[in-house]
Amino acid sequence: MTTQYLLQLFISGLVIGSIYSAVALGFVIIYKATRVVNFAQGEFLMVGAYICYAFLVQMHVPFWAALALTILFQIVLAVVIERLILRPMIGEPIISIIMVTIGLSLVLRSLVAMVWKTDILVYEPKLFPQETVSMAGVPVSLEFIWCFILSMVLLAVFSVFFKYSKEGVAMRAAAFNQQVAQSMGISVKMIFALSWIISAVVSGIGGVLIGNINGISNSLYHFGLKVFPATILGGLDSILGAALGGIIIGILENLSDGLFKAYLDLSGVKEVAPFVVLVVILMIKPYGLFGTKEIERV
Amino acid sequence: MHYCGDFRTSYEKDIEVLQTPTAKIGVVSFLLFLLIWPYLVKGEYLWIVMQILIATVGAVGLNILTGFTGQISLGQGAFLGVGAYTTAYITAKMGLSFWVGVPAAGIVTALTGMVFGIPSLRLKGLYLAIATLASQFILEWIFLRWEPVTGGSYGIVIQRPSLGGFVFDSDRSYYYLVLAITAGMVLFAVNLVRTKTGRAFMAVRDHYISAEIMGINIFRYRILSFGISSFYAGVAGALYGHSLKFVSSEQFNIEVSIVYLAMIIIGGLGSILGSIYGAVFMILLPKLLTVFTTKLSTVWPDASQITSSIEHGIFGLIIVLFLIFEPDGVAHRWKMIKAYWKLYPFSY
Repeated sequence: MTTQYLLQLFISGLVIGSIYSAVALGFVIIYKATRVVNFAQGEFLMVGAYICYAFLVQMHVPFWAALALTILFQIVLAVVIERLILRPMIGEPIISIIMVTIGLSLVLRSLVAMVWKTDILVYEPKLFPQETVSMAGVPVSLEFIWCFILSMVLLAVFSVFFKYSKEGVAMRAAAFNQQVAQSMGISVKMIFALSWIISAVVSGIGGVLIGNINGISNSLYHFGLKVFPATILGGLDSILGAALGGIIIGILENLSDGLFKAYLDLSGVKEVAPFVVLVVILMIKPYGLFGTKEIERV
Repeated sequence: MHYCGDFRTSYEKDIEVLQTPTAKIGVVSFLLFLLIWPYLVKGEYLWIVMQILIATVGAVGLNILTGFTGQISLGQGAFLGVGAYTTAYITAKMGLSFWVGVPAAGIVTALTGMVFGIPSLRLKGLYLAIATLASQFILEWIFLRWEPVTGGSYGIVIQRPSLGGFVFDSDRSYYYLVLAITAGMVLFAVNLVRTKTGRAFMAVRDHYISAEIMGINIFRYRILSFGISSFYAGVAGALYGHSLKFVSSEQFNIEVSIVYLAMIIIGGLGSILGSIYGAVFMILLPKLLTVFTTKLSTVWPDASQITSSIEHGIFGLIIVLFLIFEPDGVAHRWKMIKAYWKLYPFSY
């Protein structure tokens, strides 16, 4: 166990964490605007990765065009899902909404398996250079650096969008109070659709980035499960919280996995560590780092 | 619901579980049907009904927690697993009998459920759903890694129970045992929801602040609900383990939790009868889908590789469609149909 090994774990955790951040961002946007808990967030990521594969590898489209087409596809997918499945569920109890998104995730997974079967696929040509550079004595693949930079750019773009653009302000207003927003001339229906679109696009780009590093397979949707620890840690309705939470969870799971393997000879800690953190946070600070506290008194 | 012309003349009549002659005849004939079923069919069909009975226990348990108390649980699959592993450890590794193993499974699972229910003191709705999701993953991980107790990825082989000299070795004899336990537990649940405890559960579900104002200790009843629900899950898991004679971690993954949630939503939240409908539907559905996909793969040979994906997809689609078009479940629809014919042709 050397500092170099630790640093290596830290850096790969940071990169994976930045993808978690992107997916968590998508989750939080939907939750904030529509109060829907989207259990199909990981499937959005998976679909994005596969669609990009279809354009890039199967149809030989250049990368930038493939990415644009993927984004377009994600927009259409989000609108269809929002309009056909989630709109009828407005006003239903939370358990039905949870269940409907779980059902949706099963359908998306099955469709992907029907079209692309179950093998692991890789992007060809690779999107990013394959060389490694040395950072503080640790060899780091350039892919990792690109992936990290791009997801940070993604997060920054959406933070600016929410803070300054007209639509972003409208979305925040609708999240704050739908009736007041409606009476101010904001179309809440549009906001709902827009939040699904943004969420699907962000997750889809995350899928393209991670698919480029690890290859794409049917188990990509597992990224969606890590959304819960990340968002609970950051606070369910905080965009900054989602970004930070994702990165922290990514680093934490990698470090704990490496440490447990080295000292206790216990493998597979990666799968469970985020959820242990989740339970602990729920016990001591249920609204996370930046979440809105709901105070109720009897 | 009581209609015009439906008179009661004593309190005993008013608190009967089955209030009309039709209901009495219906339940008795249904039980008789279940009793003679093993002599009508063999093999697969007997097995399916047995699995439905076991699933009924688990679904009733989840409905007590989710339907009656309003606490969403995504961890029912893992709680079934806790029950199955407890009885497996007690019967296969400690050498005690089934009659110790199953109650112990219930109690250990109830305690586990209560521990994971502690966050419900402060959390509700979505947060609790996520907490129970975490408990599902944590327990699943323990099943796989705590090898001295759970046998790790090899699982544990367990035996069918015996009583005196008689061994419930055949599916038929074990079916009767399961039927007796299921009937007892369903009856208990039907009565539970009519007691003070059951009414407190519903008060906590409907408006927990008002419930607290009326002197209901919310925390106590939420934990109690977790305990009872997990007890049911534990017993169901134990029965399931003994029916398969084998316990391993992949039998209790997140999909099982989803199937159980789907059972109670499709059947009807807050309805014991609904849990039974849901169990029937959700156990039969995969069997029907398997028949469908085998047919499909004769027409479209490519499908044979991905049959399980297709089954999952159709399963998901059915859940989605059900929630959009029948959000209150089968039990509610059945009630509406009955009410319609009861008042026909003057339905006002």
